[in-house]
Amino acid sequence: MAVSVDEAVSAGPVRDHTPPARRRGGRGRSVLEVALLAVLAVVMLFPVLWMIQTSIKENRDVYAIPAKFFDFQVTMDHFKDVFVASGGGRSALSVSFLNSVVVAGASTVLATVLGVPAAWAYSRFAVKAKKDQLFFILSTRFMPPVVVVIPIFLMYRQVGLIDTKLGLILIYAAYNLPFTIWMMKGFVDEVPAEYEDAAMLDGYTRLQAFRRFTLPLLVPGIAATAVFALIFSWNEFVFAIFLTSSDDVRTAPPAIAGLIGGTTVDWGLVAAASVVFALPVLVFAYLVRKHLVAGVTLGAVRR
Amino acid sequence: MSAPLPLATDHPGQVAPAAPPAPGRSRRLSDRGLAAAFISPALLLLLAMSVFPLLWALYLSFTDYSATRGGPAHFVGFGNYTAILASAQVHQRALTTLIYVVGAVGLQTVLGFTIAYLISRRTHGRGLLTTLFLVPMMLSPVVVGLFWRFMLDAQFGVINSMLGSLGLGQVEWLTRQRTALISLIVVDTWQWTPFIMLIALAGLTAVPKYLYEAASIDRASEWFRFRTITLPLVWPLLLIAVLFRAIEAFRLFDLVYILTNGGPGVSTETLSFHVYKVAFLGFNTGTASAYGILMVLVVIVLTQLYLRYLNKLKED
Repeated sequence: MAVSVDEAVSAGPVRDHTPPARRRGGRGRSVLEVALLAVLAVVMLFPVLWMIQTSIKENRDVYAIPAKFFDFQVTMDHFKDVFVASGGGRSALSVSFLNSVVVAGASTVLATVLGVPAAWAYSRFAVKAKKDQLFFILSTRFMPPVVVVIPIFLMYRQVGLIDTKLGLILIYAAYNLPFTIWMMKGFVDEVPAEYEDAAMLDGYTRLQAFRRFTLPLLVPGIAATAVFALIFSWNEFVFAIFLTSSDDVRTAPPAIAGLIGGTTVDWGLVAAASVVFALPVLVFAYLVRKHLVAGVTLGAVRR
Repeated sequence: MSAPLPLATDHPGQVAPAAPPAPGRSRRLSDRGLAAAFISPALLLLLAMSVFPLLWALYLSFTDYSATRGGPAHFVGFGNYTAILASAQVHQRALTTLIYVVGAVGLQTVLGFTIAYLISRRTHGRGLLTTLFLVPMMLSPVVVGLFWRFMLDAQFGVINSMLGSLGLGQVEWLTRQRTALISLIVVDTWQWTPFIMLIALAGLTAVPKYLYEAASIDRASEWFRFRTITLPLVWPLLLIAVLFRAIEAFRLFDLVYILTNGGPGVSTETLSFHVYKVAFLGFNTGTASAYGILMVLVVIVLTQLYLRYLNKLKED
């Protein structure tokens, strides 16, 4: 940094006359920056707003040319169609939402139950080739799903896990485990090991010290990690579409994607289903916003 | 740590006789045992669901096995590999993937960093702005793909409708060879710009204020400050984000599947999508496995690069 300061000093006198002009320019630039930011925000959010709007539009307004931005008929029919089948009773979509809840929930629980103790062990003990093990674990998460799914498909066909929720739960747990371990290791590292040492001096075993003293302190971290795992499983599509086919097993992403299979597409229904599908994710993401950087980099980058 | 330990170990003996049996022998053993007991279930799941399938794929890649035809697999040596590496079709997919990865990740980096820089210069409403910008990233690729497909529709899509009211011509976004690939890049950029923005913002807010203050005392120009303070300090973190996105973009499948289904023709078929076609539509499981293993090799190289930078960042 010393070098840059020197350079800055030598650059100083030359621009002696500029400050007043720059200040005025600064305000103009500030306005420009806010305007640019506003434009970018509109561009980024427009598709989301358009999706929400489409989900509450009457069908003829959905397909209106030119597109109607404000003067359209509001209806909740699309949302009703998401949950209720045309002949009454439960729609296939609502069943798929339920499947998604089960699969995402169970796989998250499994990944957490396996991942948290492993993260604790990696954080506390001198494990052989620890760094290599951790990097190996993370690298399994980067394998292209399309490639992994080929042998998984054959494997599942052998053992009868094709088109079952258990099959999906297992693959999603394996998919979330690297993330859970990395993310949780960061949280465990933040809890001083001295707590456990002190507890052990009081006569607790290592395991008891972990359960009674460290684990309660990890609960917020576990919750944040589980929420991310939940979001990843909830949004996952590739394994779901290749490993399941029947309506009573299929999760929501392939079910929603299936809506555009026919010759005519009911875009109002697609929009409503997408809104219902995305809403919990946005709520959950908002809850863990403090940990977003760590979460989206699979626990690798922490601030 | 070592000095108080002997003092303390006889402590529980006197005061807490109710405590569980003497640690002594069992503690060291249980530490190692505990580590193994806690780590091995996780590793077993990963071995069963990630490593074993890849090894199986590796085996299949040397055979002519087909998932539908069944029957025994015949050993064909490196036949599948040479066939893939020599195939003009594969070369074309590799080029498409390259254009897509470079285009999308490049655009995301420039846009994401710009947004992060603009946000970091604001004092008010930072939290709200960041939250709003992050929405696209949290959506499922299925939702994103479907919705953009609707918006880019040539007849009643809102994008063409807006172009129309601006007096511009209609564009067949998803049904023309060149525009389809551009659309794919645009949609991916829309979804993942927030990712780069989020990481860049974390880097930007971590730059110590006193550096800027020192620079402004020295009347360093804005550009000079950006070039000598901001960029060098944010760059390592930004590189991590870019590499991460590059790996993800290289593996991309779902967005292609939903948005264009590889078409028109094969203009938006990425390598991932091509593997899927060979495996699940052509049922050449052996060839597809070899194809997949080659992709895995590329991913491993990229991942190694990523992990190395990550390691460097952590050590600093």
